Amino acid sequence: MLNFAMSKQQEMVKKEVAKLVKNIVAENAHDMDEGGSIPEDSVQKAWELGFSVNSVPETYGGFGMDDSPLESTIVLEELAYGDMAFAVAVTTPSLFISPLAKMGTEDQKKKYLPLVCKDDFSPCTLAINEPRFAFDAVSLQTTAEKKNGAYILNGTKCFVPLAAKASHLMVAAAVDGKNELFIVDAKNPGLKVGEREKTLGVYALEMNKVVLENCEVPAEDKLGGEEGCDYNLFLQRSRVAMAAMATGVANASYDFAREYAKTREQFGEPICYRQSIAFMLAEMAYEVDAMRLMTWKAASKLEAGKDATREAYLAKLYVGEMAMKIADYGVQIMGGHGYIREYPVERYYRNARSFSTVEALSCV
Amino acid sequence: MLDLEFSEKLEKVATSMRGFAMGLLRPIARKYDEAEHEYPKELDVLRGMGGALGGGKKKKKDGEPDKKKEASDTTSNISIVVTVEQMCYGDVGLMLTIPGQGLGNAAIAAVSTPEQMEKYGDKWAAMAITEPASGSDSGSIQTTAELDGDEWVLNGEKIFVTCADRCDAVVVWATIDKEAGKGGIKSFIVEKGTPGFKLEHLEHKLGIRASDTGTFVLNNCRIPKDNILGSAEVKQGTEGFKGVMKTFDNTRPMVAAMSNGVAGAAIDFTKEKLQEAGYKLDYSKNPNNVSSVEKEFYWMEANLEAMRLLTLRAAWMADNKMFNNLEASMSKAKAGRYGTLITQKCCDVLGPLGFSRDHLAEKWMRDSKILDIFEGTGQIQHLIVARNILNLSRKELK
Repeated sequence: MLNFAMSKQQEMVKKEVAKLVKNIVAENAHDMDEGGSIPEDSVQKAWELGFSVNSVPETYGGFGMDDSPLESTIVLEELAYGDMAFAVAVTTPSLFISPLAKMGTEDQKKKYLPLVCKDDFSPCTLAINEPRFAFDAVSLQTTAEKKNGAYILNGTKCFVPLAAKASHLMVAAAVDGKNELFIVDAKNPGLKVGEREKTLGVYALEMNKVVLENCEVPAEDKLGGEEGCDYNLFLQRSRVAMAAMATGVANASYDFAREYAKTREQFGEPICYRQSIAFMLAEMAYEVDAMRLMTWKAASKLEAGKDATREAYLAKLYVGEMAMKIADYGVQIMGGHGYIREYPVERYYRNARSFSTVEALSCV
Repeated sequence: MLDLEFSEKLEKVATSMRGFAMGLLRPIARKYDEAEHEYPKELDVLRGMGGALGGGKKKKKDGEPDKKKEASDTTSNISIVVTVEQMCYGDVGLMLTIPGQGLGNAAIAAVSTPEQMEKYGDKWAAMAITEPASGSDSGSIQTTAELDGDEWVLNGEKIFVTCADRCDAVVVWATIDKEAGKGGIKSFIVEKGTPGFKLEHLEHKLGIRASDTGTFVLNNCRIPKDNILGSAEVKQGTEGFKGVMKTFDNTRPMVAAMSNGVAGAAIDFTKEKLQEAGYKLDYSKNPNNVSSVEKEFYWMEANLEAMRLLTLRAAWMADNKMFNNLEASMSKAKAGRYGTLITQKCCDVLGPLGFSRDHLAEKWMRDSKILDIFEGTGQIQHLIVARNILNLSRKELK
């Protein structure tokens, strides 16, 4: 039933994350971006919120709570409001844990979940993006061929967050044209973590290329076993996650530009007294809300256990365009100051570019 | 707890209203677009339908206990915006001219005395606010009402009155004290046939041609003293006027819903043609890897979804007694603007089918334009949103 109000629990979660963001993310975001790294103790503190392991059963090292895509979007938006690189880094393990917990066989869960669902932040990740023109998550060029009871993976992946530190990777590859996910040990000799990626945005996030060269994976490590996994469901969940983060980044740009426009004086009064500025801010305000509602709509479907293919797709399409537009407005409203790295809007502008370009940097 | 899914009940409201709109309105949409000013007699079956659209007279059977109000998503504003969207999916021009469902009816239902309700509740009431020199600045109206004994005497000119020809009565905005500014503005029920109350002419319009729009001249028009809606007391300041403006917080999401309905109709027609041409819309491929027309289509669908959600939120807030001035304007700012963009784009991607009057797409493009204009233009909505988010007064942000 339609309800636009958060529950007490959801409000509480939002507040808790906002507090953490205020204390350890917001003020350090600039330094993290410039320095290209995120302090480990900050990651650990955010890890303890339990984003990636909340709904994993206690016997496997999780908190045994109900799966809640809606609550996850609330957390992701707040984290990304502080800093997108931080949000991705902290929740990267969800890219491995979420599909495993939801679609893995009992044996797979029993074997792998306890290895990564621990008190200490334990990096694990997913390799899906491919460094080529017209990359499409639904038509992968990375292949998996079945040979002698094992799968042989070949292909190149890019933008794999925390690949250099991960103990395990979920690798997306096509088996005879059908997309599947494979659990791959980082120590597998057929898997090579390449150089750190140099990207337009998210400087603080360590991402790498990953090369799979005749990488032999035991047949039992194909996610979901013989039948494989619901790859489409994974895409839905990761797209909702991207939409939530995009909302956070756009909201940050909007908030900053709005407060700036209230105090910046030109021609003897704050620039927000001019319609040319005020109307841009108005548009930013309702578009941020629209992005959030699109995200929640898709998450509501998932929460109810329904198919969210359409809603997740449209949400990601929408936020991809709007995050860029809002971040652009943010820079524009601040004029020359928006172009200087001292202010965060230039970072939001770079980070916002990722949402329509990159798939799966987190998973609800 | 957050949940953006419709309840089964609300889903049923949407489905049944869709069926109704497709059965009654859509088949005659073209007919009354061409026969401008002709009354759509097919709508006579709807006379006395009651308050499904917020207006009309709500009758309570004797002895029937008041129903306990439970929170649900099928109460008032939410079900109204869902209903309005579906009706406008059928045809927005016809929806605007459903007998007995004028804007004046909504005003009467909101503030009338029991006596006024008894007398005018069953009449089809239009609303006359706009004047030649007073559009968005409705606080500047010049039409006057003077008390003379037991009668009000009205003088002035009212333009852009919806249902001007077809209605039985008009709720007219007039000032009883120009010195008092907005505080002096009151509304009056003027019955058709009152001496000095003349329908001067009907407009020819870009769209919503099924809905008649006219100009009234009030020339020493005398109406009973009791025909004033609300109190005749002139309050200091703008409080009274603000109360009137507050009704927009309920009606703006309704206009947003109209835009959603028209856009939805255009999108579905485009979808049908795309599918006939062999396009498979499966919401899976990277939007940059599909054809341009598919990408445009997804863009339209995504924006319609955003329009709908902003509209539903504003209505939901009203149902939950939350102040929704900001969200109501947000919904109309977005839906009004993007409704026009979507219907234009549909005509674009439909090629010759989008320019031909053999199909309704061109009509939807014309119809949707009014939804970014009436009940507060897009610019006014942006102004209201901006004042809210910046906490600025009317003087600070003009």
